[in-house]
Amino acid sequence: MNLRNSTTTYGWITIVLHWAMAVAIFGLFGLGVWMRSLGYYDAWYHRAPDLHQSIGMITLALLLFRLCWASTNVKPHTLGAPWERTGGIIAHRLFYLLMLIIMTSGYLIPTAEAEGFDIFSGLHVPALFHLTPKQADINGAIHKYSAWLIVVLAALHAAAAFKHHLINRDATLLRMLGKKKGE
Amino acid sequence: MKFKTILGSLLITLFMAAPAMAENYIIDTQKHHAFIQFKVKHLGYSWLLGRFDTFKGTFTYDAKHPENNTVKVTIDTASIDTNHAKRDKHLRSADFFDVAKYPTATFESTSYEDKGHDRGIMKGLLHLHGVTKQLAIDVDQVGTGPDPWGGYRRGFEGHTILHLSDYHMPFAPKLGPVSEDVQLYLSIEGIRQ
Repeated sequence: MNLRNSTTTYGWITIVLHWAMAVAIFGLFGLGVWMRSLGYYDAWYHRAPDLHQSIGMITLALLLFRLCWASTNVKPHTLGAPWERTGGIIAHRLFYLLMLIIMTSGYLIPTAEAEGFDIFSGLHVPALFHLTPKQADINGAIHKYSAWLIVVLAALHAAAAFKHHLINRDATLLRMLGKKKGE
Repeated sequence: MKFKTILGSLLITLFMAAPAMAENYIIDTQKHHAFIQFKVKHLGYSWLLGRFDTFKGTFTYDAKHPENNTVKVTIDTASIDTNHAKRDKHLRSADFFDVAKYPTATFESTSYEDKGHDRGIMKGLLHLHGVTKQLAIDVDQVGTGPDPWGGYRRGFEGHTILHLSDYHMPFAPKLGPVSEDVQLYLSIEGIRQ
């Protein structure tokens, strides 16, 4: 198995990025919903948002690398009916767009008042933009709604992958696991 | 004759009263010589300080009849600033001030009790988070006089304590009883009109 993609297979870099980010995004979503429900005297009241911000910024770094990687690699040919191929391409682009929106808006919330934060108490993330007094509120709303959208999109994406695997019986899901059909 | 005397003295009283009319002041929020600050206990271990950055208001001052002194202030609740973006966002949300629903808070005086020595108690109604409560502010005049730019100014400071539970903010009880009392400090400079 290669590091780079080919016209029929995904390379390991793409596969690792895909699954690592899938886990990160679902983890961030769950963490995000849960941390908002915490009480002021809960031990995780500060820890959970710190963790959410740290994982979020690492995921942003992965996303930026992934965009570079995707643009310098071939994509395996899409499989299935024309509507499936078109739908898949639209969904992939929406994923990238939503991830960019979610992570950018997420960054803009805690940094809205010229105060940065640390990733795992280590690398400092500076506050670069002070756009409007409503920056934290507006980006908070964008962050929440686009996060729900990406989870819905991911559910569709997973359903489509299972459809390819179980009904179309093609290599779509297997090749994202690094396997070839029939292996 | 008697009626004329009474009428005459009434007219004189009215006439005399006219020049002693209250002076009108606009609070200098344009150049911000006015501050609305609050402090509330954090866990009971220290004070958390904050302020409202945007507000406007007027007051009247009557040296001869201080009981006529009035003040009216309108605060932009979204301008709350505690020097931490995430806390300010939380304070603006429906958990606390719900600024989308209640964009302003107002204080309008109902009476002024002069205590002499440039001190007094300004009573009025604080309208905050959809709740109206009586509030008594201890007022001290700091100073008054002409300013170097052709105007005339008068400044006061005020202290009061409000009870957080009065205003039914959903998250407030979670802060615990130590954060029930919020101290307000007001420093207000007016420019005479």
